[in-house]
Amino acid sequence: MTGYIIRRLLLAVPVLVGVSILVFAIIRFIPGDPARAIAGVHATPQYIEQVRKELLLDEGLHIQYYVYVSNLLRGDLGRSTFTRRPVITELRERFPNTVLLALTSMVIATVLGMGAGIISASKRNSVFDNVSMVISLVGVAAPVFWLGVMLQLFFSVQLGWLPSGGMGGIETFVLPATTLGLATAALIARITRSSMLEVLRQDFITTARAKGLSERVVIFKHALKSAFIPVITVMGLQFGGLLGGAVLTETVFSWPGIGRLMVNSILTRDYPVVQGTVLLLAVMFVLINIVVDITYAFLDPRINFATREGE
Amino acid sequence: MSSKLQVADKTVNIKDTEFQQVLRHLRRNRMAMAGAAILVLFLLGAIFAPLLTSFDPARPDFGNAFQKPSATHIFGTDELGRDVFARILYGSQISLLIGLISVSIGLILGVPVGALSGYYGGKLDLIVQRLIDIMIAFPGILLAIVIVTMLGTGVENVMIATGIASIPTYTRLVRGSVLAIKELRFVAAAKVLGISDLKIIVRHILPNCMGPIVVQSTFQVATAILWAAGLGFLGLGAQPPDPEWGAMLSKGREFIRTAHHLTTFPGLAILLMVFGFNLLGDGLRDALDPKSRKFR
Repeated sequence: MTGYIIRRLLLAVPVLVGVSILVFAIIRFIPGDPARAIAGVHATPQYIEQVRKELLLDEGLHIQYYVYVSNLLRGDLGRSTFTRRPVITELRERFPNTVLLALTSMVIATVLGMGAGIISASKRNSVFDNVSMVISLVGVAAPVFWLGVMLQLFFSVQLGWLPSGGMGGIETFVLPATTLGLATAALIARITRSSMLEVLRQDFITTARAKGLSERVVIFKHALKSAFIPVITVMGLQFGGLLGGAVLTETVFSWPGIGRLMVNSILTRDYPVVQGTVLLLAVMFVLINIVVDITYAFLDPRINFATREGE
Repeated sequence: MSSKLQVADKTVNIKDTEFQQVLRHLRRNRMAMAGAAILVLFLLGAIFAPLLTSFDPARPDFGNAFQKPSATHIFGTDELGRDVFARILYGSQISLLIGLISVSIGLILGVPVGALSGYYGGKLDLIVQRLIDIMIAFPGILLAIVIVTMLGTGVENVMIATGIASIPTYTRLVRGSVLAIKELRFVAAAKVLGISDLKIIVRHILPNCMGPIVVQSTFQVATAILWAAGLGFLGLGAQPPDPEWGAMLSKGREFIRTAHHLTTFPGLAILLMVFGFNLLGDGLRDALDPKSRKFR
């Protein structure tokens, strides 16, 4: 097991190096002078020269990359061309907000998705089953930003129940977290349903029913436990995906997180911040996937580490 | 004429080609047919847009701004007085085109790479897999955003960005299928006969991967449309006056309190088109893979 974890971590190293190269390349690929792009549109010629010297932009690409990575490892991601503050400070302020939003939406998605999935599976082909499966199909197809705007329209503009944007008390979490979580809820509902249906056909469930156990005990004590593994995997993988979805949701709800910071910095051509936000989101996604893999390995004793290592 | 076999009370055409069987399963699947019907409507709307509406999707008509839905303007008009229905019709051209080109890019680049990687294995496979790992380190729409940041905004760049972002899906899918198929006896037989590797891959292996590729492509069109609309919404995709649905929705949001039809209809259009592709994809998967049918 320890060997598996170490190998899984080592496998992430080339990925992280690749991610850093791609992020490094962002600024070199855009048309025009990278020094000007990093210094900002309104920078003085002197400042542009200073940036060029600091980042050794007149040297070869491999030397520039070396400087970029060594700065990165010291936590130096450059300065925002807009606020002139260190990028790392901007990220540190915004990142917890994105994580909080993603966690809240995961809780909402789990409760809604598993609830609907369990009821659907135990009352197969009922009205509830059909309606919830149609809703889940629509939920997967609805663009997250449109869903957000519609929820805003209904609950903020028309009913006036909830704030339409910004971050503050618990009431400000409801709409953005629901928006972000609904697609995941739909997916969890479908997986829970099919996983439960598969388990409910197994012999040990028939045995449990034959023993005269109530349907509630059969479902919650026997079936749910076995049906849980695929659901957990999907939840883990979706959590990483929520980080991507946060880019759109945060923009809709003016949520002060990494996603909105990224979009704003792209629109204002604040490239050091673009690089920082992209890097942070990608690194987080890679790390989350490692944790999911390892958790999955712990949960499911059937996994053969020797074969998984070869993947 | 196909011979018929009487099995219980069913008549089975035993000489049906696989294609015909798939079509038959698909026709019986009501959800898949609903999806196909939605898509046919969008396709007809896109092709015959000039016949279906007399309004110009781009020309402003300031005297008619912010009209609510009515008999003349069934989806109302926008802040510049342009007919929203006309813009949605013409917008379906953009969305379908983005879906089509994006999937083509993914197929053209992803399938050969996945096939070679799976067939030859070894160092080539190792390198390809690490490159794919790097691409999938960017969750969801993020890779498309990164590419658009480098290339700049505009519909063409959105096609390229969403296309490149879909490469890993195809590479992994095809690699997995090839790994399984290349162990089968007919591949070994082809090798013994001295058939070249390229011919084995193109003539014997890839045709056997077509099912999953077709299913994935249907879903991938939906994903590309969602991503493109997302980029449009963020201001990173199609630019005004292009009637792109995501960009329309984003602009309409400014007037949400007074004219919510500007956000409602473009959003419904995206939802319906994506829904159509997803239903068809589900149906195709069921028709092509009998195992997945048992829990429905």
